Amino acid sequence: MATELIDRAPAGPGGLPGEEAAGVLLAPAAPRSALRRLAGSRSALGAAALLALLVLAALAAPLWADHVAGTTPYANHITDRVEVGGKARDVVSPDGVPIGPTWRGRFFLGADVNGRDIMVRLLYGGRNSLMIGVAAALLTALLAVATALVAGYFRGWVDGVLARGLDVIWAYPVILLGVALGTAFAVGGVRLGPVELAGDSKAIPVLVIAVVYVPYMARPLRGTVLALREREFVAAARAQGAGAVRVMWSEILPNLLPGIVVLLPLMVANAILLEAALSYLGAGVRPPEPSWGTMIDDGVARIVTAEHLAIAPGLMLVLTVAALNVLGDRVRDALDPHAGAGT
Amino acid sequence: MLSFLVRRLAAMVLVLFAISVLTFSIFNVIPNGEPENRMAGRTQTPAQVEAIRREWGFDRGMVVQYATTMRKVFTGDLISYYNGSRVGEEILRGLPRTFSLAVGAALLWMALAVALGLYSAVRSGRLSGWLTGALAVIGISMPVFWVGALMNHYLGFEAGLFPNGGYVPLTEDPLAWAHHLILPWTALSILFIGVYSRVLRSSVMDTMSEDYVRTARAKGLSEGRVLVRHVLRNSLIPIVSLWGLDFGAVLGGGAILTETVFDLQGVGQYAAESIDQLDVPPVLAVTMLGAFFIVVLNTVVDVLYAVLDPRIRIGRL
Repeated sequence: MATELIDRAPAGPGGLPGEEAAGVLLAPAAPRSALRRLAGSRSALGAAALLALLVLAALAAPLWADHVAGTTPYANHITDRVEVGGKARDVVSPDGVPIGPTWRGRFFLGADVNGRDIMVRLLYGGRNSLMIGVAAALLTALLAVATALVAGYFRGWVDGVLARGLDVIWAYPVILLGVALGTAFAVGGVRLGPVELAGDSKAIPVLVIAVVYVPYMARPLRGTVLALREREFVAAARAQGAGAVRVMWSEILPNLLPGIVVLLPLMVANAILLEAALSYLGAGVRPPEPSWGTMIDDGVARIVTAEHLAIAPGLMLVLTVAALNVLGDRVRDALDPHAGAGT
Repeated sequence: MLSFLVRRLAAMVLVLFAISVLTFSIFNVIPNGEPENRMAGRTQTPAQVEAIRREWGFDRGMVVQYATTMRKVFTGDLISYYNGSRVGEEILRGLPRTFSLAVGAALLWMALAVALGLYSAVRSGRLSGWLTGALAVIGISMPVFWVGALMNHYLGFEAGLFPNGGYVPLTEDPLAWAHHLILPWTALSILFIGVYSRVLRSSVMDTMSEDYVRTARAKGLSEGRVLVRHVLRNSLIPIVSLWGLDFGAVLGGGAILTETVFDLQGVGQYAAESIDQLDVPPVLAVTMLGAFFIVVLNTVVDVLYAVLDPRIRIGRL
């Protein structure tokens, strides 16, 4: 216990698990029985179904835009009129108030102040938010696993340097770091060797979110690697002459996988939330590109005249993140039958 | 104990140094980020830009610039690139606001999380337990600025129950102070109530299956007494440590979103606005302050942890 205290991470911004995750990972249940337990949980199935539905909706964005709404996420219709209940109404009234939900194909959820179709933007925004969330979570996992493997396996000064590096990012206030990086990259773009990202690229929020969350995943994983490398099977592999890379790749990494799987849904959930926060502060996705974050930002600014602008994207975001959190809980319960806190 | 504190102090200084270098680099390696161009305004002449470069020392090497800026951080002479205001004074103006927000919210979220977590653990397996658990999941899934904006709109603007943003100092009018802060406290607390009640719930459920709890019941203690004296007391440790860490994070600018949505003009909002203007000095100062709170409270929590739980010996840290 005492040795663990040094790297005990607090719950992350969205309640990412702290060090206790490391203990869970050492004795995972067999994958098949874990899957069976997962499939037997009604809340897991419900969350998975909801997520599948949201992903499908995002994928179907062009279909809805072309065939139902007949517009694009960027097209302005400020001066257009739309037929509602037999009456022609302005999409945006002369004093700048956009139309609310019409519950018809065109402007199903109403328009924003630029006369853009909210439903269409919501679907395309969902594409961006989900894509950024998943990509950032995967990149975080990649960076965190690499760091944890190298630090935990080599120990000594390598571990010292990497662990202190994680401490620095970890002690940096999360949103401050995200906003600072997001703003700086947006002004100047990013150059990473041969890869060059323009300031308005969607890859920038992905990169920023991934970097910010690395310590929350790398610290518990590093603890697990430290414990794993003392196990007999690692000693056996080394005795047979396996090199460092071989041991890390085929002995330690497979045993880390359950832990990574447990953390991934939570990482995606937190990445989506951070995207929204960064966009709200003007350091995430760049307008006019829609994302749930930029749409909430828009809506919050105009909440007095048009409440639906804030409510619609907010509800989508909450549904998605809640489903991911429930799924994450159930995956953890399934992989660790002894946790026993499942409902 | 002493050597532990000394080592922790050294590590703290190192982390703060690294954070200052990191912050300084983020804003100084970006292309198109030259502050002199922005400071000279729209109708600038090359001579003006050159003069500003000289005056502010932007023509010097990065290391010299970093050293001068850091010296100013500690002497309190730091000045904003953007409007020439003194950064130290701005931070001192924002700190009571951020502090009021953090203290009130921390008390609120702890009290409610303990109640909710305990209830949902005791009611586990029933509908009410399931509902409180679901409530906690929704709590950790909502962006604070969204909830805050909705609360501000419906309870503040439409219903007129609360003032529309702003801050009144505690010393001026304690009632107005609290009245202005009720919504921000609530909005900020929601996430933490969700997180803490979930952690507490699972640790209460673990503790309830311990032998000493069975012993306490066997002695004939009432269920309420067992819960409070035996279960809760032992389940609180993980939450109390989280509490310290999160309190530090909120003090250190972690409440940027809450402060911005309610326009509290605290330290976090100051940082957010400064970042938007690529105004490096305030960002540097607030970031270091935030990191300082986080690191200090982290150390405090570790010490408290050892005091609360005699099984952890500080010498081994």
